[in-house]
Amino acid sequence: MSPILYGLLFLVVAPIFGGLLAGADRIVSARMQGRVGPPLLQPFYDVGKLFQKEARHVNPVVEPLLLGHVGFMAAAGAMAVGGTDLIFTAFVFALAALCLVLAAGSVNSPYSFAGAERELIVLLASEPFFILMLAAICKVTGASTYAGVLASPELVALQLPGVLLAFLFVATIKLRKSPFDISTSHHPHQELVSGLTSDMSGRLLAYVELAHWYESALLCAFVVLFFNWSVPLGLLAFAIAYGLEVLVDNSTSRAKWQLVLRSTWAVTLLFTGGNVLALFLLAR
Amino acid sequence: MSLFARSPWILHYDGSSCNGCDIEVLACLTPLYDVERFGVVNTGNPKHADILLVTGSVNERNIEIIENLYRQMPSPKVVVAVGACACSGGIFARAYNIQGGIDKVIPVDVYVPGCAARPESIIDGVVQGIAALEHKRRRTA
Repeated sequence: MSPILYGLLFLVVAPIFGGLLAGADRIVSARMQGRVGPPLLQPFYDVGKLFQKEARHVNPVVEPLLLGHVGFMAAAGAMAVGGTDLIFTAFVFALAALCLVLAAGSVNSPYSFAGAERELIVLLASEPFFILMLAAICKVTGASTYAGVLASPELVALQLPGVLLAFLFVATIKLRKSPFDISTSHHPHQELVSGLTSDMSGRLLAYVELAHWYESALLCAFVVLFFNWSVPLGLLAFAIAYGLEVLVDNSTSRAKWQLVLRSTWAVTLLFTGGNVLALFLLAR
Repeated sequence: MSLFARSPWILHYDGSSCNGCDIEVLACLTPLYDVERFGVVNTGNPKHADILLVTGSVNERNIEIIENLYRQMPSPKVVVAVGACACSGGIFARAYNIQGGIDKVIPVDVYVPGCAARPESIIDGVVQGIAALEHKRRRTA
């Protein structure tokens, strides 16, 4: 199958995967709290309902920006799997996140604006890592595309264990998990932290959720890159990693933005930088 | 079952309640009652909510707040008044600052009696609220 078909397949399969993952997440979280939890398809019911509900437009730019958020997020995943240069997709990924910041920041509400500022901070914390991670993967495999990395004889996780650890740390931000979900937190938390979406209603909120499903699928695709010998092995690793994220989410309290930024940069520098430096010194 | 019935998101506002009903509302989210089983989410944001669940009565200072929260909720939306105070003013009805039940300010769809209202009756009130929500959606669609 040609890489372009894989990209198109991603566009269709990713939201289903992301929605089911979100549903499983809610069930596992509920079980950890001694509850039964909602049905597996709950996120689909929620998004379906949001599309049926009235959307309050607070200004004319929010909807185009949120459509950009979904579009670029889907495009980042489709491009990554579809054979575009991996580092380029990291920038499209960042652009998608930036659209969300702009949408939330364009609103007059102080809650929404505070959420946008916090999202910008977590973006600042996580983006350098993703670019470094993809650059390191491309460097050790000598390939620049997804198919190229999968075809590489080198097992990336063995070469880049530090980067994999750092990925687990930084993915907490992207998966919107505590202690790093300072810009948007999952229910039933009721704080300023969910400020990012405070002025989005109806289908506008559904776009944000849809984009998050694409984002989860893209993060899963990144984990598969580390276990490039076998895709099922990569999916298993993602399932374990996601389980750990849910555990951390349920057992930690939310951090302040300073701690998020400092710890993420420290981990990026120590584990990713250290790993790449070690490889460089060993290769000499 | 419609999507609204499967995914009712609730905004809880405490008017001038003694907190008895509020504790019972929160009890609905605990492992014993676990309303998330039915897709209920306690949102804390009027713009995300389908059901406004009010405990306590209306006083001079919160009229504006209740009206504001109600106006911010996108359609279709329903209001569930929980407990004697929210229904009629309850034990505080004749206090100098109390206006009465929530229906003095905004239209109420479901009245849940009790002092404090039991979690079972609150859940039942929400279920009836969902039916009212579905009715409103059909009417506007």
